[in-house]
Amino acid sequence: MIEAQELHKLYGSQTALQKASFKVHRGEVVGLLGPNGAGKSTTMKILTCYISPTSGTATVNGCDVFDDPVGARRAIGYLPESTPLYYEMMVLEYLEFMAAMRGFKGVEGRRRIKTAVEQTSLGDVLGKEIRALSKGYKQRVGLAQALVHEPPILILDEPMSGLDPNQASEIRDLIKEIGEKRTVILSTHNLAEVQVTCDRVLIISGGRIVADDTPEELTDRAGKAKYVATVKGDASSSAATQKVFEKIKGAATVRARTGEEAGELIFEVLPEGDKDLRADIFKAAVAADLVLLGLEHQGENLEDIFRELTRVGEA
Amino acid sequence: MQNILTIAGRQFRSYWNGPTAYIVLSLVLAALGWFFWSLFFLKDEASVRDMFEWVGILSAFATPALAMGLLADEKRQGTIELLITLPVRDHEVVLGKFLGVLGLYGVLALLTLPYPIAVSQFGPLEAGPVVTGYVGMLLQGAAMLSIGLMASSFTENQVVAFFVAITITMTFLLIDKMGAFLPGALQWISFGYHAAPMTRGVVDLRNVVFFLSVIALCLGVTQIGLERRRWS
Repeated sequence: MIEAQELHKLYGSQTALQKASFKVHRGEVVGLLGPNGAGKSTTMKILTCYISPTSGTATVNGCDVFDDPVGARRAIGYLPESTPLYYEMMVLEYLEFMAAMRGFKGVEGRRRIKTAVEQTSLGDVLGKEIRALSKGYKQRVGLAQALVHEPPILILDEPMSGLDPNQASEIRDLIKEIGEKRTVILSTHNLAEVQVTCDRVLIISGGRIVADDTPEELTDRAGKAKYVATVKGDASSSAATQKVFEKIKGAATVRARTGEEAGELIFEVLPEGDKDLRADIFKAAVAADLVLLGLEHQGENLEDIFRELTRVGEA
Repeated sequence: MQNILTIAGRQFRSYWNGPTAYIVLSLVLAALGWFFWSLFFLKDEASVRDMFEWVGILSAFATPALAMGLLADEKRQGTIELLITLPVRDHEVVLGKFLGVLGLYGVLALLTLPYPIAVSQFGPLEAGPVVTGYVGMLLQGAAMLSIGLMASSFTENQVVAFFVAITITMTFLLIDKMGAFLPGALQWISFGYHAAPMTRGVVDLRNVVFFLSVIALCLGVTQIGLERRRWS
């Protein structure tokens, strides 16, 4: 459905995308995940033929973005970042305009607008000026215009940013519903969103695609346990304490965590395999005459993986 | 073509949803009434040539105000991205925007029709020069609006677009008034020089071509500016 090959984009001397290649298959909901400035929007702008890649190619629904941009755009419903809309227009007037630009007027236009309005529950605000709508409703108007021509592909740039939790969950449900029949690419920097809505996740960082996984695979990786031990001490004893923990049998890596409170040192101990290290940590602390203030068993969460992957991208 | 008209229609309607059109049209008509009628009775001549000249001068101020938001505001609000990623070609966006604002200028022209009607009550008014005068008014207005559209494509800031446009339109307008100081050839690029014969009933193809060339040039530059986003 969508295929990008070695997309490269320079803004002046700044590299926004580096050899990004990926495929999106029919009916998939793919999340583009990455920190701000990673190249998510750039990727989407290239796919919608708003900007051209410096090198590399992409096809959308079989249309090359260079040779047939109009054909590619026809297959796409696009919601740009921060949902730009004509604020002075009324909702219905705006949707009529967008439908007409897609070639749907008269009876057919009205039918399509009706369907999009029902899908996005905009029925109550059709006669209102867009300016007067809440952010959640504006977002729905943005989605309605992207759906009005019933496109096979939807490209949504940060569709849930800036919404309160209730609005965000409504939009999330809506995207899930839409995604049952269509191919969807959405970008976000929110991991939880991706887990709920997407079939596949592309993690993008520093213009590179650093991971291409299902959310389940990512969660598996995230499931790895670690032990967080808090001991009394200060910076001068930090190195010595770390050595104590490193000597524990079955401890793979020991990391000192930064940002601890005064008089406390926090270490993360990652086990080899699934070994339970709590007893060993306690014993080692006692043997070395350390005061153990706390000991926790934590799963490495998605955010850690995300941070790790995107840090690699920056390097 | 359908796309161009749809964009033009939306642009035209959106003027009436905001204050700009009402303010600019009222100011132009008020100023025109004052300037025209205060001199009309002194001249004792049934002619609307002065009206066309005044409209030309007032348009140099009014058209930058009407055109300044055309692309600048779309860029500031980000709506340009949605507009361009519709299945349209860039030139359809440019032409649609241009025709939308030209439609508004057409309304201004319609609102000046009471002038020839009123003048014809005072004495015999020749129809020919009035008709050709309106052709000239629309050509000159279209040229000024294309300058405004071009200026609007340079920036996201409407105020900047306004001043860039007014600088250019005033230059084109005033250059023949400075005839005494400037070589004659420069007169040839002034708007008044090409519009004035039409108010006398003379339609010279060279004058028409001049205005059409200005329009084509400005719209071309606008389109290049719009396409440049792909590569910058």
